[in-house]
Amino acid sequence: MSTVLVRRPGLARLRSTDPRSPLHVLCVGFVGVLTLAALLAPWLAPHDPNAVDLGNALAGTSAHHPLGADAAGRDTLSRLLVGARTSLLGPLGVVTFSTVTGVAVGMAAAWRGGWLDSVLSRSAELVFAFPGLLLAILIISVYGEGLVAPVVALAVAYFPYVSRLTRSLVLAERERPYVSAYVVQGNGALQICLRHVLPNIAPVVLAQATISFGYALMDLAGLSFLGLGVPALTPDWGRMVFDGQSAVQQGYPLSAVLPCVLIVLTVVAFNVAGEGWADRVARRDR
Amino acid sequence: MNVLDITDLRIILPGSARPVVDGVGLTVAAGETVALVGESGSGKTLTSRSVLGLLPPGARAEGSIRVAGDDVVTMDSARLRALRTSTAAMIFQDPRAAINPLRRIGDFLTEGVVSNKTLKRATATARASELLRAVGVDEGALRRYPGQVSGGMLQRVMIAAALMGDPALLLADEPTTALDVTTQAEVIALLTRLRERFGTGMLFVTHDLDLAAAISDRVYVMYAGRIAETGPATELFARPGHPYTAGLLASTPRLDAPGRRLTAIDGRPPDLRTALTGCPFAPRCPSSTEICGERAPLPTAAPGRPDHRFACHHGRRLAEGSPADA
Amino acid sequence: MPEPVLEAVNLTRAFGAVRAVDGVSFTLPKGGSLGIVGESGSGKTTTARIVVGLEQADDGQILVDGRPRTARVRGRAARLARAREVQMVFQDPFLSLDPRLSVEAVLRETLRLHFPGADHAPRIRQLLDQVGLGTRAADALPRRLSGGQRQRVAIARALAVEPAVLVLDEAVAALDVSVQAQILNLLADIREQTSIGYLFITHDLAVVGCVTDDVIVMRRGAVVEAGATAEVLNAPRHPYTRLLLASVPRPGWNPGRIAAERRAL
Repeated sequence: MSTVLVRRPGLARLRSTDPRSPLHVLCVGFVGVLTLAALLAPWLAPHDPNAVDLGNALAGTSAHHPLGADAAGRDTLSRLLVGARTSLLGPLGVVTFSTVTGVAVGMAAAWRGGWLDSVLSRSAELVFAFPGLLLAILIISVYGEGLVAPVVALAVAYFPYVSRLTRSLVLAERERPYVSAYVVQGNGALQICLRHVLPNIAPVVLAQATISFGYALMDLAGLSFLGLGVPALTPDWGRMVFDGQSAVQQGYPLSAVLPCVLIVLTVVAFNVAGEGWADRVARRDR
Repeated sequence: MNVLDITDLRIILPGSARPVVDGVGLTVAAGETVALVGESGSGKTLTSRSVLGLLPPGARAEGSIRVAGDDVVTMDSARLRALRTSTAAMIFQDPRAAINPLRRIGDFLTEGVVSNKTLKRATATARASELLRAVGVDEGALRRYPGQVSGGMLQRVMIAAALMGDPALLLADEPTTALDVTTQAEVIALLTRLRERFGTGMLFVTHDLDLAAAISDRVYVMYAGRIAETGPATELFARPGHPYTAGLLASTPRLDAPGRRLTAIDGRPPDLRTALTGCPFAPRCPSSTEICGERAPLPTAAPGRPDHRFACHHGRRLAEGSPADA
Repeated sequence: MPEPVLEAVNLTRAFGAVRAVDGVSFTLPKGGSLGIVGESGSGKTTTARIVVGLEQADDGQILVDGRPRTARVRGRAARLARAREVQMVFQDPFLSLDPRLSVEAVLRETLRLHFPGADHAPRIRQLLDQVGLGTRAADALPRRLSGGQRQRVAIARALAVEPAVLVLDEAVAALDVSVQAQILNLLADIREQTSIGYLFITHDLAVVGCVTDDVIVMRRGAVVEAGATAEVLNAPRHPYTRLLLASVPRPGWNPGRIAAERRAL
């Protein structure tokens, strides 16, 4: 498979070549634990994440607040746990939406070729040329607060990567004689695409989706740090960093640093997991 | 003197239950053409590649491979490089895959000898154009790119490249399989002519029995990593001593007997995941008996013909019988 | 002579300035076997692809059972009817099967497409039996099979459609000699049992001698010689056919003379 996944430069260096390496296992484990924590957050969280308790403002670690509290006295652990939901749901939406549209567009372009390919590929390039974050800020400023606007915006920004990848994968796949064999057998184009081509390219596309998940998480956290997107009261890691920045200056870094650490660890974990998957797919193909 | 002398070569790949090449011995004399015939998975390609120390990662070679007297198995990488650019050279099956498409043919030809400091650039270029003429390619090809010439012409360029270091031994790994039949004839004619002119010994690896019979002095037939039979080409094809050779001859479609039903060999070669006891061909062999499953046959000579040897418990009976081509 | 099952009339196809197929006509009688022989660039593969419908002819016509085979079809029924006219076995047994599907799944899918509603298990067993594959191979994925076994699966898949004509595009070229003989014998057996016609595309004259009744020799897109296989192989009339025959290696073969003849032609 000659198709290269899209990676951002710094992160591409951090890859485990062996899918059974301790790093890979650790990262997949971390992703699993995180997902579980996000799902069970309402039951795991010791406090209401939005319960303001000014008496405990900027409290340090204690039995009552294991990870301390922020400037408004809200429990950091609870906010991290519940915040994991928004922080993971957002990228999930971005990746799902961009992958579905990207695969559909890329596949249609590669399979039909001709004018459809030209139109679809040129439009994707047009989106490419527009900076993703700028597009997101634009859409949010039009539609206002809420998780939906930034997710849609980033999904639109991410979709050309997926469509380009899918297009090249489908072009390579349809050259293989088994696809010709199905054409000769009397199968329709849609049937061949969905039942044979798609499952064969799916591992690569999904590996790309896993890697993109980390990037989407980073971009969404960046947006909510800027105060865009997530409403003020909703617990969210990016928002927590924003809320905690003044506390850092006062010498109470915990409530801002912890979400930062989680963001970094999550992005790295998704990256390593996705890379490991992609490597395994590449090996299987050989 | 032999330019190539392999004795008891054994190549072990990681994760396989038996050696891929198992106790192979073969020789090529100066100016001699020797064919190594076998089907895919027989170990013929690995044997020829091991002569240049080109083994897949993790593979281990035992035994000795002497090229013009020097043992390849124990060579370090510097001496192996020297060997590949001077004493021995290889022609690959697919010329397109064995050449960098972004370099001019002239650079490709002179690169080895210049970087190895065997020849100065000017001398090397002169030799390259001389060799191109010898293989029947116009000198203008020096400045062309591989994509601009045909497959047959590119294979001739590869032959010229192989001759650049004036090798004593030429290893040809299915050099005509990717070519059309008429082009094949041309390339073979060229190889024959060059052998006469330069006195190079050649090990010709092929799956094509007829081609082996047509061009070589002696033939080795490999099966499941072992030499099944060896002998002078005419002898071996007229009176095969090993049932595998006989089976291969019978299953080859013939122009002089069209429409005839072929006598196929049932089953398929043993795969690498199973260890072998006894004769590797026994499960497919029409004349196998109890002993074949128990003991691996040792090579024995045909009566009165010491250079025709085969590893078969029943071979003597086969070879004494009537000629197989009836 | 029996009625023709497949007729090609004046097929023409150009790629840019290159006339890949240039006025090719041939007839395949019902249950017959026709070989198309040529070297690379002779247009034999393009001809085959036009016949199965993977390529469009610029000009000319293909008739199956006397009815013209339309270039493009719309709709499921027309597509299936068209598939039942001509099926194909490809050269590379390693690439012509979906790597994810087991042998049984491959056959079941084809049967479900063409014969919906029927019980497919007996037919699958029958097909596997017909191509000499055991039931043990039925659950195997292609990567677990040898080249010869995969080619048997590809033949079974083509036969499942019950086509009138089977196009074999270099179907034995990638196989070892001993396996090739098995497949050639298998093809001969299938033709004896059914009334299927073969269009056998190959570069190998000896193979043509084995499995075809008639042969056409193609060079640079055009037919240079056509006739009964035995006649063409024994008494070739065209110099190019003679050159092709002389090029096949045999003891006492003189490649130097062939090379000279090739340059002269």
